[in-house]
Amino acid sequence: MTTRTLARQESLLGLRLISPTLLIVIVVVILPVIWTISLAFQDIGLINIQDAGFFGEYTLENFETVFTSAGFWTSLWTTIVYTIGATLGSIVVGLIAALALRRPFRGRGILRAAMLLPYVTPVVAATFVWTVALNPQFGIVNQWGQDFLGWDEPIAFLSQSSQTFTLFGLEVTVPLALLTVIVFEAWRYFPFAFLFIIARLQALPAELDEAAIVDGTSIWQRFRYITLPQLMPVIALLTILRFIFTFNKFDDVFLLTGGGAGTEVVSVRVYEFLTARHDIGAAAAQSLVLAAFLVVFIVVYMRTTRAGEEA
Amino acid sequence: MTVADSAAATTAAPARVAAGRRGRRPIRRREDTVYGVLRWVTIVILTLVTIVPFLYMLLLSVRPIEEVLLDPGRLLVSLDELTLSSYKEVLTSTEDGGQGFLGYMGNSGFVAVVTVFVTLVASILGAYAVSRLRFRGRGPIGFVFLAVYLFPPILLAIPLFVLFSQLSLRGNLLALAVVYVAQTVPVAIYMLRNYFATIPVSLEEAAMIDGCTRGQVIRRISLPLSAPSIVATSLYVFMIAWNEFLFALLFLTERRERWTVSLGLSRLSGSIEIPTTVLMAGSVVLTVPIIVIFFLAERMLVEGLTSGAEKG
Repeated sequence: MTTRTLARQESLLGLRLISPTLLIVIVVVILPVIWTISLAFQDIGLINIQDAGFFGEYTLENFETVFTSAGFWTSLWTTIVYTIGATLGSIVVGLIAALALRRPFRGRGILRAAMLLPYVTPVVAATFVWTVALNPQFGIVNQWGQDFLGWDEPIAFLSQSSQTFTLFGLEVTVPLALLTVIVFEAWRYFPFAFLFIIARLQALPAELDEAAIVDGTSIWQRFRYITLPQLMPVIALLTILRFIFTFNKFDDVFLLTGGGAGTEVVSVRVYEFLTARHDIGAAAAQSLVLAAFLVVFIVVYMRTTRAGEEA
Repeated sequence: MTVADSAAATTAAPARVAAGRRGRRPIRRREDTVYGVLRWVTIVILTLVTIVPFLYMLLLSVRPIEEVLLDPGRLLVSLDELTLSSYKEVLTSTEDGGQGFLGYMGNSGFVAVVTVFVTLVASILGAYAVSRLRFRGRGPIGFVFLAVYLFPPILLAIPLFVLFSQLSLRGNLLALAVVYVAQTVPVAIYMLRNYFATIPVSLEEAAMIDGCTRGQVIRRISLPLSAPSIVATSLYVFMIAWNEFLFALLFLTERRERWTVSLGLSRLSGSIEIPTTVLMAGSVVLTVPIIVIFFLAERMLVEGLTSGAEKG
């Protein structure tokens, strides 16, 4: 005979079922994050790594070092440029791809699946193919550039921080390696945007478009005033999601350039401090600054999704 | 747009069309052609951009390195030039003079399978709780899971790196799997929750009236009905674990016999002694399992991933 109410029973069962997940998340994610905060306020290097604990001599030294070093601000700026470029690039290409594949044609199914290849491929394999293809000695891009496009010499896309070329008589200098990394990101993540946008496109009611056709509108007008406004919510959501994910991305830049040639984003810098310089305190402090920015983005994300649900 | 609006639009339209027919038709037809051509050009370019890198990978893996260095720009190769020696070298163990990728595949597979198994058990229970039961703290827990999903892995890397060094767990594949589980469980719960929500509650209630316990309900009703989604979730988790790089780099680098395929390829790609063609064979070996899984389960995976987008 039980004295517990049904609601109480349900509540207990719910907690019991979620507890394995909660336990793993607390042990592997939450406690370590709290520990990072404490490490950021301690002076810990390779020698005393064994004694690193939660309590210790707290100091603001790490933050002082981080905020006063030029390298940190440069890498923060690089991160922002990289994030904005990659986010925009992937969404614009994804949108174009979704519009092109909107109406059925023979082979669309297989093409649609193929379009997702860059996104699902292991990042190490994708970056390796790109580094080989862009290699100045035997990469196919430089070979074709010299054979067909009339380049005077091979271009070191991933190890040259800036390149000057003449465009319509003007000298233009571009941050070459950073730009290449951004193009890579746009290539790798446009499928993500494509998936979301095409799902939304196919759920749009056809009546609006039909009515507009009868009204004698042009294709561009229909896109600009009918389709695009209806896609705006999903594009806004994608922008925030891609922004958050790209902002803390480590793999892609690390594997393509190792953070050299003006591509050192904050996460790669944190890795350098952790493994090469063994300055754990400074690494933790920088990752916290990165996290602080992210908290702001996540709040924006939640506001946006909530607004979307209410609308 | 309300019903009244569209009704107004359709009734007003014929008059305007009649007026504009003579003047606008040819212009619109030209516009249609332009966009029609643009559309096909876009489709062709996108196809090339997504597929050519993979063809290039495949091609380099079967060409002899001398030929590649002599004539790097060739995409069409005669059949008698092709060779499988790169695959042989990359798969052979290091003791026999190869690069040991077969062993790395074993490691990757082991970590990924353990991750899938643990994640599935935890997330099935969790997703059931989240989609069916009202319990205290459901809101905050959901928030924490979302935060885990969005938070930077590099932030976690620091404390876990220190902890694993202290406990001498570096080089331990099971410890790595635990880290992967923590990263994939929130996504898995999210994916499964959406499927569980589509199973009619009345089915479960009927079973409970017939005397089933909650555990029996989950096992006999929820699980069989959501089998396809569970398969999709497992494959998705497998892909994440197989592809992961950062934590493998931090925890396994010093112990070559424990490398995953991703780590092996990235560590060896810096070395000048190993021919690029051999490493290309390595990246084919790394990529093929993922592409096979993807094409097997494409529809399910895509539905699971975009189910959140339908709404917004």
